[in-house]
Amino acid sequence: MTALLKVSGLNAYYGRVQALFGMAFEVQEGGITTILGANGAGKTTTLRAVCGLTRTEGQIEFNGNAIGSKATEDIVRMGIAQVPDGRGTFVNLTVEENLRLGAYTRKNRSLVAQDFDRVYHLFPVLLERREQQAGTLSGGEQQMLAIARALMLRPKLLLLDEPSFGLAPLVVKEVFEVLRQVNKEEGVSMLLVEQNASLALRLADDAYLMETGQVVLSGPAQQIGEDESVRRSYLGY
Amino acid sequence: MQQVQAPRVGGMTPAQWRLVGFAVLAVAVLVLPFVVGNYRVFQLTMAMVYAIALLGLNMLTGYNGQISLGHGAFFAVGAYTTAILVKHAEMNYLITIPIAAAVCFTVGFLFGLPALRLEGLYLALATFALALATPQLLKYAETWTGGVQGIVIAKPKAPFGLPLNPDQWLYFLTLIIAIIVFILARNLLAGRIGRAMVAIRDHHIAAETMGINLALHKSLTFGVSALYTGIAGGLSAVVVQFVAPDSFSIFLSITLLVGVVIGGLSSISGAIYGGIFIQFIPQVAEEISKAAPWAIYGVFLIVFMYVMPMGISGFVHVLLRKVAAGRR
Amino acid sequence: MEIVIQQIAAGLATGGIYAAVALALVMIYQATELVNFAQGEMAMFSTYIAWSMINAGMPYWVAFFLTIVISLIGGVLIERFVIRPVEDAPILSIVIVFIGLLVIFNSLAGWIFSYVIKEFPSPFPSHAIVIGHIQFGSHDIGSVIVTLVVLALLYVFFRFTPLGLAMRAAAQNPVSSRLVGIRVGWMLALGWGLAAAVGSVAGMMVAHKVFLDPNMMSGILLYSFAAALLGGITSPGGAVFGGFTVGVLENLVGSFVPFVGNELKLTVALVLIIGVLLVKPSGLFGRTVVTRV
Repeated sequence: MTALLKVSGLNAYYGRVQALFGMAFEVQEGGITTILGANGAGKTTTLRAVCGLTRTEGQIEFNGNAIGSKATEDIVRMGIAQVPDGRGTFVNLTVEENLRLGAYTRKNRSLVAQDFDRVYHLFPVLLERREQQAGTLSGGEQQMLAIARALMLRPKLLLLDEPSFGLAPLVVKEVFEVLRQVNKEEGVSMLLVEQNASLALRLADDAYLMETGQVVLSGPAQQIGEDESVRRSYLGY
Repeated sequence: MQQVQAPRVGGMTPAQWRLVGFAVLAVAVLVLPFVVGNYRVFQLTMAMVYAIALLGLNMLTGYNGQISLGHGAFFAVGAYTTAILVKHAEMNYLITIPIAAAVCFTVGFLFGLPALRLEGLYLALATFALALATPQLLKYAETWTGGVQGIVIAKPKAPFGLPLNPDQWLYFLTLIIAIIVFILARNLLAGRIGRAMVAIRDHHIAAETMGINLALHKSLTFGVSALYTGIAGGLSAVVVQFVAPDSFSIFLSITLLVGVVIGGLSSISGAIYGGIFIQFIPQVAEEISKAAPWAIYGVFLIVFMYVMPMGISGFVHVLLRKVAAGRR
Repeated sequence: MEIVIQQIAAGLATGGIYAAVALALVMIYQATELVNFAQGEMAMFSTYIAWSMINAGMPYWVAFFLTIVISLIGGVLIERFVIRPVEDAPILSIVIVFIGLLVIFNSLAGWIFSYVIKEFPSPFPSHAIVIGHIQFGSHDIGSVIVTLVVLALLYVFFRFTPLGLAMRAAAQNPVSSRLVGIRVGWMLALGWGLAAAVGSVAGMMVAHKVFLDPNMMSGILLYSFAAALLGGITSPGGAVFGGFTVGVLENLVGSFVPFVGNELKLTVALVLIIGVLLVKPSGLFGRTVVTRV
């Protein structure tokens, strides 16, 4: 298995404040990696750093290319899509317009049309609400919209920032099912940042635990999920 | 416990340097009017007058966060109050200044009451309308204001037979009033009311929950801000010896706003820098280009904002900090 | 009665101008939360460029379209090179930059083209159009039509083209826009370009009526600003509605309220608008922004 995304020695800064201290992790091609940690550990910062939204030092390699100094707009064009925390939907635009924006950088119209069908198939509620303003959707529907929008890029790597946040358990189950399906059937690699550890560990292949800007533990997700001492001291269950 | 030593530069602490700087400035300010020509003295006096006006506007915009594009109106009210009282009521010009202050406070306070419902741009528009309306209303109320021709008042001589020519006397009068006004402002802003104002600016909902009466404070601030600008207006009438509607156009309001931002918001020294800027830079611009002086002025504005987005006082502040840090 | 209708018609013609400039202001506001106070002077300068071309013998409509293109490019360049360096500065500092631009354009126009008032031709026939007993100036009707065409084109652009959608997205949510690959900086520059282009159309239409001189647009800018706020600064449709309303209001007040001549007309109109704002602080169609504490 080759590493699609390889990060090492990553420092990230908000202005003069340093938030990440030598982060290192990998996402395998076709796999799902999860980064876990409490509030403030730096999970969101990590995703922002990968996308070029914050000042960084260190190595970030995607598909063999160094992307650490690239602009977000260019990184996106290389095939990385992010579902940001808080969903980041365009609330004043319709559902369909949101999806169309997901495919903004793509040239092949027929493939985009195919993806529209695919996405509506994965999330039928979005098809129902296509002409509706995105801001009027429920939290769960907006999360689905955010994921759908990211999928419209036909990304090689999907970054997800706390997709379970603020969602009812049944909705979360539905969403994670879709993620699993997309990963298995289309080979979309995923980097999933989550506070809900048990959920993430069941979905992911590899796991990293973060604390104040650094990785403190890593290993296969299943192993970590089964290790009682780890669960109790780091994951709280 | 070791006492922290302040870093010494050239043998003196920063506090000592500040004292020296202050002394040098004081001497310069006191000696200048005897050294330069009368016209320059007049210009320096006007720069101080503008500084007082800017102090008022700064209080509103910098400290309270309300935008006013209409302070020219309060300046005009102050100026005309003085001019009308001197001309029609034959009052001594000195007494008219406090009266102008009181009138402007009232007008500002009353304007502030409804203006409270408006925020940001909307308030800007309302104050803009006030500024535009003022020259028109002044032209309209001819019997009192002298209409388009305005009012001329005589240049006062120095009292008590002091050995000062009229320009020098007005310079020192303005200087005294400026010092008083600046000290009052500093005390106001450093105290409870000042902190309340900043609280309102930064987070008005939180301020309200802490018991600050928003409505009262905002209106009071409008009133006090107008009061200061009114004092400046009244002084200007005496210094210029002339008031006319067209001197108080919307351009004045814009100039005052320019002065406050370039001088530096939320800073008392900003008013002084701003006053000097708006009095002297147009002249400098004219010397650079007789044909399109305002274009040069515009370039000055843009360049200043590139180099000192926090205004001159902000820039100076950062500079002084760097010097202090560098010497450690 | 006929006089009223005539005044309303004339008001709609000027209203169209206000609507166009108000729309330009709203477009930039939506993307930047700033009102471009230099919009009027930029439009005036564009009009002078058109005048120079027509004066040199170019046919009207060629000069017209060429001016729109030049204004579009000019707007883009101004955003990239003048506004971009200060875009992170405090709001009032950026306002000073706008004032600087305003003053520069005004002064340059006076210097290059002189302050002598110039005539600006109208592409429409000079005879009046009579319907019933009412006379309508054909330039007035022509202006309204041109304005409406421009507004319609803009609407189609923003609603139905991918670039228009990207611009709307960039204005609303720059971060999410970057995450879908939109180059937000260029969208902003393009917004300025379009605003400048719309402004130039307004300038060219109004110059025939009020004659071309460097101070031509200052009153218009104020009315347009008021119109945009009246309609709600967050609503393009509101800005257009506001523009027409203000135009009609101005004309009616000027003609029918006895003591108000040209001088006080502006004040009265503004007082009325502010009155509305006191009742509806976000404007007629604006969204009251609910900010979470």
